[in-house]
Amino acid sequence: MMKARFFLPLLVFAVLVVFLYVGLSLKPSEVPSPLIGKAAPAFALPAVHHPEQTIAREDMLGQVWLLNVWASWCVTCRQEHPLLVRMAREKIVPIYGLNYKDTRADAIDWLNALGNPYITSLFDEAGQVGIDFGVYGVPETFVIDKRGVIRYKHIGALTDSALREKILPLVRELNS
Amino acid sequence: MMPRYLLALLIGVTPVLAFAGDAQPMIDDPVLEARVMTLSSELRCLVCQGQSLAESHADFATDMRSKIQGLMRDGMSDEQVVDFLVARYGDFIRFRPPLKATTALLWLGPLLLFVIAAGLLVVSFRRRRQRAAAAPLSDVERRRLGALLGDGAEDGKA
Repeated sequence: MMKARFFLPLLVFAVLVVFLYVGLSLKPSEVPSPLIGKAAPAFALPAVHHPEQTIAREDMLGQVWLLNVWASWCVTCRQEHPLLVRMAREKIVPIYGLNYKDTRADAIDWLNALGNPYITSLFDEAGQVGIDFGVYGVPETFVIDKRGVIRYKHIGALTDSALREKILPLVRELNS
Repeated sequence: MMPRYLLALLIGVTPVLAFAGDAQPMIDDPVLEARVMTLSSELRCLVCQGQSLAESHADFATDMRSKIQGLMRDGMSDEQVVDFLVARYGDFIRFRPPLKATTALLWLGPLLLFVIAAGLLVVSFRRRRQRAAAAPLSDVERRRLGALLGDGAEDGKA
């Protein structure tokens, strides 16, 4: 009885430490998307380079692809860009861009300067499609399967480890 | 030289100017504006999570307010607007999430803690009372008690 009372504060402290430690690794800025496992929202947008060309959700069916939300004004996009360029060069998975609340001239300049990893970039000037995709921070990257269902969402800059551990295995699985 | 009362008046209105930064009105329709602000004070700004969409100056919040306003102009009710946003951003955008399986702990957790704490308290009181009742006074204690209670019965027979 005496012993239990003696160890109780230690026990409470240990539980507290566990909770705080877990809390350190949580990322409250990453809000889980309700869209995962659901069909990607419908869109029909012009391409950044070809205003006359419209790309719709239906055009993408039948392939596993990444939708990378980016903008020329987005600083973090610069950080992840080399990774996207490398992926495009290695032809790992088709990457489409969603150019979010940008201007055409700025977007094209940016791609000319830093390289263009995108098969096409959709031009979402008003950010309407961005809202439909639940975008709240740029960059964001979606993995979309052959049936047009969103399977994964990465918030913030892509990293080597995120690619290796989450995105590429998922793409491989969806393609098989 | 400025009259003193004018200076006092000027100082008096300065705090009013400080409010001017809060949520710029974007529309000429005050009724719609009020509806947008009331609803957006119930919704979380996802990039500055402690703030509501109504309070925040972030681009995201401004965009969301104009989106909400657009939806309302299209004739959506407040509930429909909330549903629209929840479908895209999840329950987290609401400051008062609905009660369902995934949020049950959030809603019932405090009650659960209270019940546990009250239960422990009751058990502890009961045990203490039992312990007090179970230990009868020894002869020495009884004599001392009698002495303390007085009425001259120092031999403890009182």
